[in-house]
Amino acid sequence: MLALDRIGKTYANGVRAVDGVSLQVGPGEILAIVGGSGCGKSTLLRAISGLDTPSQGRVVLDDEAIAAPHEKIGIIFQEPRLLPWLTVAGNVGFGLEQRPRKQREELVANALARVGLTEKARMWPRELSGGQAQRVAIARALVPRPRVLLLDEPFSALDAFTRADLQDHLLGLWADTKPTLILVTHDVDEAIVLADRVMVMRSKPGRIFDEIPCDLPRPRDRQSAAFDFAKRRVLAALDRSLSRAATDPVESKTEAGAALWW
Amino acid sequence: MTTTVEPAAAGQSERKSGLARFARPVLGLIVPVGLALGWELAVRAGLSNGRLVPPPSVIFNTFAELARTGELQRHAAATLARVAAGFGIGVAVGTLLGAITGYSLFLRRLLDPTLQALRAIPSIAWIPLFILWLGIFETSKVVLIAVGVFFPVYLGVMGAVMSVDRKIVEVGRAFRLSGTAMVRRILLPAVLPAYVIALRSGLGLGWMFVVAAEFMGASEGLGYLLVDGQQLGKPAQIVAAIVAFAVIGKTTDWIVAAAAAPFLRWEDRFGARSEET
Ligand SMILES: Nc1ncnc2c1ncn2[C@@H]1O[C@H](COP(=O)(O)OP(=O)(O)OP(=O)(O)O)[C@@H](O)[C@H]1O
Ligand SMILES: [Mg+2]
Repeated sequence: MLALDRIGKTYANGVRAVDGVSLQVGPGEILAIVGGSGCGKSTLLRAISGLDTPSQGRVVLDDEAIAAPHEKIGIIFQEPRLLPWLTVAGNVGFGLEQRPRKQREELVANALARVGLTEKARMWPRELSGGQAQRVAIARALVPRPRVLLLDEPFSALDAFTRADLQDHLLGLWADTKPTLILVTHDVDEAIVLADRVMVMRSKPGRIFDEIPCDLPRPRDRQSAAFDFAKRRVLAALDRSLSRAATDPVESKTEAGAALWW
Repeated sequence: MTTTVEPAAAGQSERKSGLARFARPVLGLIVPVGLALGWELAVRAGLSNGRLVPPPSVIFNTFAELARTGELQRHAAATLARVAAGFGIGVAVGTLLGAITGYSLFLRRLLDPTLQALRAIPSIAWIPLFILWLGIFETSKVVLIAVGVFFPVYLGVMGAVMSVDRKIVEVGRAFRLSGTAMVRRILLPAVLPAYVIALRSGLGLGWMFVVAAEFMGASEGLGYLLVDGQQLGKPAQIVAAIVAFAVIGKTTDWIVAAAAAPFLRWEDRFGARSEET
């Protein structure tokens, strides 16, 4: 269980990026975070990852407070951020330095096979396409078997086809070990395809605006009416979150018990 | 030198025909070889006596004579030893100071202004002081070369460390690398390309400064051959020494570049397509 307790973040320049976000995400749950640009999604994710420390509140994973990067938490950024001086296999094995060589090679080979890049193992990152590079980044983050995987707009730089392909890839990989996934995205389709729950944030200061459960059966059909319906709900919530004079989404307040105090 | 970064160049899609590949280096030789041949013919034809500007054959003979007597080797070895010592010291100090000033804002604020002020002094201007302090023998020469090597290495390392991509460092943090692991697995490889360039410019300055050092009084070394040639009116010896400088300087530069090349095959930069050094 990952729990955020009244997380707040004020940057050095005085920007209140996140304010009082409390949240619980169960093991194996997939949570999507959507919201307008600058509403604090990345800030929140970085606080969970331990890369940045929140100004207030705490992040707790299985009764352990997270204050620095933790081996149970992996992160995938918007860019692949592969290390250009390591081969594809070297990048995937980056977090396995401590393991014996044999075991490492085996894990890396498995992970590469899982993302369909076995034949690229000895290539340099510069020789990969954007989608392939992001697959390598996914393999690199998953190979140490984190309990929580954070993704900050991981597919936003890719075209629609590649994106759908990688979403399916990600779900397949997720099914292997069922880690908790927290996914920041701008793409409502992506949120509905992947998530068990969609959290809508609103800015100034960054807060949870609405939470929409999404319990469509998997695998999800992007064309189905239920999919469309869920998508409309999220879009409507997003719309309201973006309008200046946003009214409280009272009906969902009781339903989801979200933190909406203003 | 086209040999330094060949793996990347090999990745070029368009394959050159055998003739084109052969013709390109030859193109660069036309002017120097043409001039040399022309001068040789002009002297042979009696258009000039070639006393002040000796023709290639005379230079070659001088070179061969110096090599036969072992003079050339002795002088070249003396010069090479000075450059090696100065380069070693300059690189060691430059790397250390560059790394710590690049890494720590505090140390940069503390040390960099002083070093930048020292850099503004033309290094040759130190010669009289070095001679007073360290005598006219080897120490002052090596120190002068080390000073010349130091600045490009220092600036290169500091700049490289400062400009390591924060996003890449963050990957290291996300994987919980310790301080030393961060240096070994992220910072060192990240600064290596810039470091090699800094080493090569340092080496170039080392060769420049060894001449100045040997001008200030030496009984052996290629610089001595230059001075000796001037004083005794032997232009062929001067040109032979110059040629020796060019060959050895280029060779040492090539060694540094070639030694680093296997570690830089990953590089993804514009110049890697057709490295011309
Ligand atoms: N390092 C920083 N220093 C100061 N302010 C920052 C910093 N990073 C982000 N901010 C500010 O904090 C707020 C939230 O930024 P954040 O990056 O979390 O937004 P986001 O929801 O991820 O936006 P986007 O969808 O565009 O990625 C913004 O107003 C931004 O200007
Ligand atoms: Mg963001």
